[in-house]
Amino acid sequence: MKQQTTMRVAIVAVLVIAATVFAACGPRTEQATGPARDFTDNPWTDGQDLSGTTVQIFGAFVDEDARRFNRSMQPFIEATGINVVYEGSGDFESLITVRVEGGSPPDMAAFPQPGLLGDFVAGGQVIDLNDWFSMDYLQQQYDQSWLDMATMDGIMAGFWHRANVKSLVWYPVQAWEEAGYQIPETWDELMELSRQMVANGHTPWSIGIESAGATGWVGTDWIEDILLRVAPVEVYDAWVTGDHRFDSPEVRRAFEVMGEIWFEPDFVVGGIDAIVGVPFGDAPNALFTNPPAAWMHRQASFIPAFFPDGVQVGVDVDFFYLPPIDTDIAPRPVLGAGDIYGVFNDRPEVRALARFMTQGVSTRAWVEAGGFVSPHRDADLAWYPTDIDRRFAEIIANADPFRFDGSDLMPGPVGAGSFWSEITNYVNNYPNVPLQQTLRNIDASWPGR
Amino acid sequence: MSDAVIQKNRTTQVLLSLGVAAVLVVVFAWSFNFMRAATAPRFLIAIVAMVVGVGGIWALFLTADHLVAQLPVRLRDRVRPYVFITPAFLVLLVYIIYPTIRTVYISFFDFTRGGTPQNFGLQNYVRAFTDPALLIALRNNVLWLIFVPLFSVSIGLVIAVLVDRIRWEKIAKSLIFLPMAISFVGASVIWRFIYYRAPFGAQIGLLNGIVVALGGEPVGWLRLEPWNNFFLIVIMVWLQTGFAMVILSSAVKGVPGSLLEAARIDGAGEIRVFFQVIVPFISGAILTVTTTIVILVLKVFDVVFVMTSGRFNTEVIANMMFNQMFIQGTYGRGAALAVIIFIAVTPVMIHNIRKLNKA
Amino acid sequence: MADTLTIHARKLRPEEITSKILLNLAVITIVVLWTIPTFGLLVSSFRTPQAINSTGWWVAVARPFTEGNWSLGNYVRVLTEDRMGTAFANSLLVTIPATVIPITIAAFAAYGLAWMNFLGRRLLFILVVGLMVVPLQTSLLPLFRLYNDVGLAGTFLGIWLAHTGFGLPLATYLLYGYIAQIPRELIEASEVDGTTPMTKFIYLVLPVSVPAIASFAIFQFLWVWNDLLVALIFLGTRVEIAVVTTRLSELVGSRGQAWHVLTAGAFLTMIMPLIVFFALQRYFVRGMMAGSVKG
Repeated sequence: MKQQTTMRVAIVAVLVIAATVFAACGPRTEQATGPARDFTDNPWTDGQDLSGTTVQIFGAFVDEDARRFNRSMQPFIEATGINVVYEGSGDFESLITVRVEGGSPPDMAAFPQPGLLGDFVAGGQVIDLNDWFSMDYLQQQYDQSWLDMATMDGIMAGFWHRANVKSLVWYPVQAWEEAGYQIPETWDELMELSRQMVANGHTPWSIGIESAGATGWVGTDWIEDILLRVAPVEVYDAWVTGDHRFDSPEVRRAFEVMGEIWFEPDFVVGGIDAIVGVPFGDAPNALFTNPPAAWMHRQASFIPAFFPDGVQVGVDVDFFYLPPIDTDIAPRPVLGAGDIYGVFNDRPEVRALARFMTQGVSTRAWVEAGGFVSPHRDADLAWYPTDIDRRFAEIIANADPFRFDGSDLMPGPVGAGSFWSEITNYVNNYPNVPLQQTLRNIDASWPGR
Repeated sequence: MSDAVIQKNRTTQVLLSLGVAAVLVVVFAWSFNFMRAATAPRFLIAIVAMVVGVGGIWALFLTADHLVAQLPVRLRDRVRPYVFITPAFLVLLVYIIYPTIRTVYISFFDFTRGGTPQNFGLQNYVRAFTDPALLIALRNNVLWLIFVPLFSVSIGLVIAVLVDRIRWEKIAKSLIFLPMAISFVGASVIWRFIYYRAPFGAQIGLLNGIVVALGGEPVGWLRLEPWNNFFLIVIMVWLQTGFAMVILSSAVKGVPGSLLEAARIDGAGEIRVFFQVIVPFISGAILTVTTTIVILVLKVFDVVFVMTSGRFNTEVIANMMFNQMFIQGTYGRGAALAVIIFIAVTPVMIHNIRKLNKA
Repeated sequence: MADTLTIHARKLRPEEITSKILLNLAVITIVVLWTIPTFGLLVSSFRTPQAINSTGWWVAVARPFTEGNWSLGNYVRVLTEDRMGTAFANSLLVTIPATVIPITIAAFAAYGLAWMNFLGRRLLFILVVGLMVVPLQTSLLPLFRLYNDVGLAGTFLGIWLAHTGFGLPLATYLLYGYIAQIPRELIEASEVDGTTPMTKFIYLVLPVSVPAIASFAIFQFLWVWNDLLVALIFLGTRVEIAVVTTRLSELVGSRGQAWHVLTAGAFLTMIMPLIVFFALQRYFVRGMMAGSVKG
């Protein structure tokens, strides 16, 4: 019986503690509102006062990028009183899937891969921005190519807020000057330069395609860049939608052109072993040894974030445009990428924010911080802090044609699956895996085939 | 005590217990809402959290038991076991049984991200078994299933027995345990530093550092088929030996000293004592640890995901499943692979159930 | 216990000394092999990113003054990260109940399974053992949907219950293995007047099972503390509720491998599990169960 008493005492103790705590924190006072301000005088809320409301945004960028994003939202927050809460995670792909399918999507999500957004569009979970904005307005804000890329299943599935240029080759400036190398204007000059470097005892290229679960995407970028240069843009567009097979002369040609660099002895530092084993973020390090372990590195405009501390872009390292192969087919093809924002909830404050973000002013703080290319028409070139950043923007503006990273547009099992894994497998086993088999495997994984 | 007093006593007891139960329900509901409100002061949330989380679960069991104690004797004895097992059953039902049934269900449909389940059939299974990648994954899983439990359990057992006789037992055990305390990302960084092959400059990976120091050429370890599977298995053994050691060590401590002495007095050497006294005595613990590790191995995907993501023929089923579910968004195919994992482990489970039910 | 004492009091013979040395050597070898990888990481965590990339960590150990390039920068970066203190508090807030709750539920269930007769006992047993194999990833989507419906998403209660659910089969299985082996005489000896199954459980079974409970507690604590996936999905990434692993994974950058930050982060997050390990290690004492049988 003594034991029963102990138990009862225990129960009572627990309850008393709990009750005390609850009593201590009864009804909470609402937070005091600040001095009255006019939140209606702004270009985004249609004269409504929406202050105090909140818009949730979910995305893949974190850390410094997230801070810059928050800074670029400040003008909106100050003028409207609407809170913009950004949440970022490196596991964006899994988490957005769980949240959308689990029935609690964020108000907006920033997709680095439009194909993923396309999956949700197909599921009817994404709001059509044509319902919110007139085509005239959108065309005034973006070039038609961006609008085309945002059109999925007949709806305007999202808006663009950040752009990347992919068709760039980075090189160490001083070492090039000392060696007397000239920037190549054509593909033939590029190949000739590579051979010249080998003759001088230099290793021309550094390539690394390792990226954990996404290993291979660097390779798919190369293929896309080359395909845009060897085949008419219609082929590229049909290829992205699955209407043009991988197992075709054009795609095979793109692999062969790539192989002329990747598999050529002495062309790539560390050879095939390094291509498949070196993390893409470590690959540019080869440019910064003395003398350079490699003299050229093809990678997108975001790569300076991975350069070692102290490397100054424009001084120590610069880039040139990856030259065209056949100017009759495509005079100045550019491969790009970007974040597309899909909208999941329709509330006045979400509409207001979407209106703001389709305007260049929403990117200003980020552009001024550097390393950011605005896809908006009304973004001022004068905002770009350096010549380098301006040149990114100009490459996009002068592109003919400009096309989005194809693998990011393909369905998940291909664009985030077989294309990555098969190209890795092909390179890893070169020359033991026939190209035809690689291409057929990718074709076979296309959903619905 | 007269019957009347007992009767009265019982009534008060019932009322009291019911009262406590009612209060508990209110408290739970209240604290639940309280913890959801992000505006409450943090330290208060913390206190409520601890009290409700840790104390609440005990209060729940004790109140239930108390209520049952007021029932008539015959009914009481039949209801009592359910006080002990119902919470566990409910948790299992919600967190595992319901999702499992759903997994089995969607494995028979075409179901992708953004879509709904369509076309009932066996297509996902047909696809899985005609996919050459699955055959490689199955082969690799077999390698993992054999070598990870074998090495981690035997090394863990040897350590558990050996450290039992040395003075610095705690230090030795802590050092073996250390890998378990490192978060997974940390462990992946560690092993990248061991297998890394630098494309230029000095080799900063330990293995290639040794190879170069001995005058050899650096090796791309993770590309070296089929040995790369073993290099990944080593990581898992390194991680899991600590687990085996801790459980087996607590079992070895349970071997009565008198039993060991009796064997030694009979003239048995230490090796014989190990195999004929210690191992049989803790065979239950060995089975438990082996089973646990077998299951962990079947479910393991982090090691492979971080180190190679299945490249170079190191794919395992759980990693394939993760890829298909969350990267490619093909739920139906991923679910089929999960079901294949369930089926693959069934023999181990049956063996366990037979063995443990006898006890 | 008296037997052991006499043994220790006796003088050691020469061959016993040899075997002692061999024994110590064997343990030292294994321990060194097991520790080298972590040691390399520890050394690297105090070096600058450039130094890690240019020379192996063993070079830094061999020539600490010329090749070391020591720096606390990695630790400074992790520690000064916005709200890291909150994240530590959140991790504790998640981990302690998420360790205690499943162990409590599992201990009750294991006792019920091992020592009570009831309808459905076999079925429950099969369920517990069989459910250990269910990969956690398959549960995420259906559960998250459920969480949204009842409003559990992003709450501490939600993540405790999630960890309880995922840890329960293994906890029950491990504790059953131990509790079922408690000698019958011990259980029956305690059946004097006034004992109920509950009092037997609390005053006899629980104390005797301390080594098993302690070892499982260590592992559950570790799994929850180092978990990223469950925390990401059921708790989320908002800074007020984010746990340490979530914050660390954000430090790494969206596309990056800022592993020099991870090296420092890995060591800082190790501290708590090691404290738990040391605190609970003293419960692995010889003869806990055997001793009580005799007593």
